[in-house]
Amino acid sequence: MTISSEQPVGVSVPEAPEPPQFVDPKPAESGWFSQHIGTAIICGFLGYILGHWLGNVIGSNYANIANSGQNSISAFMALLFMVIGWLLGIGALNYPIAKIFGREAKGEVEFTGWTRYLRYNLDHKVVGIQYVVGVLVFFFTGGLLAMAIRTELLNPTVHVFAADTYIKIVSEHGTIMMMMASSVVVGPLGNYFVPLMIGARRMAFPRIEAFSLWTFVAGYFVIFSALFFGGFPTGWTGYAPLQTQAGPGMISYLFGFAVISVGMMTAGFNLAVTIINYRAPGMTWSRVPVFVWSIIATAALLTLASPVLFAAGTFGILDHTAETAFYVTEHGGSSYLWENLFWFFGHPEVYIMALPGFGIVGEIIPVFCRKPLFAYRIAAAGMIGVALLSFFVWQHHLFQSGIDPDMRPLFMLTTELISIPTGFIFLVGMGTLYKAKIRYEVPMLFCMAVYFNFLIGGVSGVFLSDVPVNVTVHGGFFVLSHFHYTIMGGLIFAFFAGLYFWLPKMTGRKMNKKMGLWHFWTMFIFFNLTFFPMFIIGLLGQPRRVFTYAKNLQTLNDFSSIAAFCLGASFLIFVANLMWSQFISPEKSPSNPWDSLGLEWQTATPIPHYNFERIPVIMTDPYHYSEANAPALADFGKGPPVHAGSTTASSTDPDQ
Amino acid sequence: MGSEENHLRRIVIIWVILSVVLDLVFWFAVGPHVPPGRMTSSAKDNQLDFNILMVIGLPVVIAVWEWLGYAAFKWNVRRKDMPESVGGPSAAGNKRTEVSWIVITSVVVLALAIFGTIELYVGNGSGGGEGPNPIMQPAGANTAETAALAGTGTWSPNSNQVLPVQVIAQQWKFTYRYPTFGGFESSDLILPVNTEIAFNITSLDVIHSFWAYQLEVKADANPMQNNVAFTRTEQLGSFVVRCSELCGIWHGAMFNPGRVVSQSAFMSWASSTETANATNTADLPPFAWTYVPDANGADGGYYPDNVVPYSPTEIYGSKQPS
Repeated sequence: MTISSEQPVGVSVPEAPEPPQFVDPKPAESGWFSQHIGTAIICGFLGYILGHWLGNVIGSNYANIANSGQNSISAFMALLFMVIGWLLGIGALNYPIAKIFGREAKGEVEFTGWTRYLRYNLDHKVVGIQYVVGVLVFFFTGGLLAMAIRTELLNPTVHVFAADTYIKIVSEHGTIMMMMASSVVVGPLGNYFVPLMIGARRMAFPRIEAFSLWTFVAGYFVIFSALFFGGFPTGWTGYAPLQTQAGPGMISYLFGFAVISVGMMTAGFNLAVTIINYRAPGMTWSRVPVFVWSIIATAALLTLASPVLFAAGTFGILDHTAETAFYVTEHGGSSYLWENLFWFFGHPEVYIMALPGFGIVGEIIPVFCRKPLFAYRIAAAGMIGVALLSFFVWQHHLFQSGIDPDMRPLFMLTTELISIPTGFIFLVGMGTLYKAKIRYEVPMLFCMAVYFNFLIGGVSGVFLSDVPVNVTVHGGFFVLSHFHYTIMGGLIFAFFAGLYFWLPKMTGRKMNKKMGLWHFWTMFIFFNLTFFPMFIIGLLGQPRRVFTYAKNLQTLNDFSSIAAFCLGASFLIFVANLMWSQFISPEKSPSNPWDSLGLEWQTATPIPHYNFERIPVIMTDPYHYSEANAPALADFGKGPPVHAGSTTASSTDPDQ
Repeated sequence: MGSEENHLRRIVIIWVILSVVLDLVFWFAVGPHVPPGRMTSSAKDNQLDFNILMVIGLPVVIAVWEWLGYAAFKWNVRRKDMPESVGGPSAAGNKRTEVSWIVITSVVVLALAIFGTIELYVGNGSGGGEGPNPIMQPAGANTAETAALAGTGTWSPNSNQVLPVQVIAQQWKFTYRYPTFGGFESSDLILPVNTEIAFNITSLDVIHSFWAYQLEVKADANPMQNNVAFTRTEQLGSFVVRCSELCGIWHGAMFNPGRVVSQSAFMSWASSTETANATNTADLPPFAWTYVPDANGADGGYYPDNVVPYSPTEIYGSKQPS
């Protein structure tokens, strides 16, 4: 029986009360005179000048930095106002400012052209692409600096750079890469694919999502500005008395990390809320794709660890500008405060740079094995376990620093314990590979390389966690090689696996397979040739961040340098592939080129603005690759047209 | 038919053979030469630790790499079309495999942690920095350190005493002070053989790290903190000290050689240097575990950190620069 909703003839119905009327806000303007990246740059520049002048008014003759012609207050205020100007210029603050004055904010215009990528856009798919460009710029900047480092290390006595230039390059390389790596997967792929994978139409907080992107970009400018202030000599760890001693470039480092940590906090918070609250009906926790598990674990770390970095950076800025003594031992502070705050953030940060890689690999391997993910629950438990334990291991960075000696066995234990949940990831991968039908596509090769590389990174991590062995390897090239194996060999390889896997969905254009294979093999081989010798160099006694080294290590260093140049060149193949396949000679990709069962592949390509016409009802988990007649993943037809983050799309539904 | 068994059996056989061969090769051919050698007790102990970790780690690495390689060559399809499904619904997990994986990794990891802790205690802190109040230390260290600070410490050949040596790091140089020999300062680190050395490491400015490579001693030099590390010299020879914590632009150039000499040679070197340096030593601030810059700033010298209340004139008298 159907119930007619038509009014029966002759029956008067009481008038429904008028719904409250909102004044339809004027849409934001488009065109040259609207807000876009150009206005952001202009406002950032003006903000810089204003802040610098204001800082000089306040702080000249009070906080002058020796031999720099600067004072630290103006250096800090210039950067602060630059970031505020940048955010104002891009339009990130329009909404909060309007709300503060009790007005309705201007509506968001849905730009369809390419110019939407230059604007403060609230669509998670646009933000995802913006992030891809952002992290690649970050990555290649840091990569060029790495080439400079390896050039200097070609010879122990002949120097290409002056000692201070070299240390600036090292510091800038480390900091830029760490900032990039903390967002390299969460930003582009997390923002783009989490809503698609959980069946949502948007992020929980689209404005905060866009805000996290534009603060991330601002952080790039801030940390890059250090080069114009004479750099900073502390490496990416910024240890304190040296930090207090350093010139105005240090402000860029401290404020850069503070800005980036705001971006990380907001991105993580937004992703966590989205994953918890915006899952489609039927998307229970046991059906959530493993990539989403990795992102929620990472989001928890981002949300909880970044504030510590923000606080640490703020204390440092106060030490430089307001003459406080948080890190000044002589005046009652402690250099250990920085070390502990930094690593209390820094170790969860290390897993921020590992977990998303595990997620990508877990997501891609079943597709190319035609097998379900082995031990799905163990994979999820491993990620959550790593995330939890990562807050209890930070003092292993300080084993030789003179901490309470009782702490050393304790942190040795917790650090070695964390290899248990990390090992789960290997169980999952090896179980999935068992008797699989592997198709060799580029993403699959990158995933297998992640296991190959991360294994070395993980096993060498056990060496580092053992306090007696740590005496040999701490602070040397061994640890340097270790974390390049985990971050670059793990996360960056996984990031490229993800790019090759998902770019056809993001842009609707295929990546060239032949060039992809060239990129993979050169990157994989030269990565290992670059970094494996560094284990030996480290064992033979070369400390990190040095520009002179023992003569007998020259052969190994040269070998590593030449491999590093080839590794750098391999990324040119990637850039060429990207340009060729996406812009010069684009080839249309089918909407599901890899025959994946994942929800993100079940929408049309290009993905419609609201992702799903109706919110899908999830019927099962997405890993039924081994069954000939796999049950349907989701019901796309009968789902309710609301919930799961739907906003205004119902009005555009053809059914209504 | 039975192919599952065959795959696994083949993998296990290859793994056992490779593991045993590589472990034996490593243990006997490479192990004894693992840097930094066997010059001190901590170097010897930590080399053993490293080798044991390698012997456990190699089979793990081989297992995963072999599995990857086996899968890559045996379990692939070289076709364009979609391969038919494999495994059935049961491929999604296997309780026995999962449980045994967790149990085995946990046992290995816990065993390593326990082994590392025992080695740390037995090896008197393994040559790593233990902070101002070490709990893992050789017999007699406490007495020697207390006497050194009081200025009453002595050391003589064949006495089996602990020798306290102070390492003072600054940008960009290490200086060594020998409290048992009147507190003289030297740019050379000379040590007697077969002696327990107590390194007391501190810094005058930023954080450095004292890394006596062949001695297998590494400890951060923190301003206003004493960081103690122990080792026992066991072989004669020279070694290199490098800074292993970034300390500014000349960090890469902060290194100096050192020597382990016979006890009698050390005694004659120390006594003659003590006499030769006597006038310089008199100008130095009194021996203390830590020093801070005095009120006159960088060029005003340093005063001992533990003198409270601070009165430079009292300590230095007329030597205090105005």
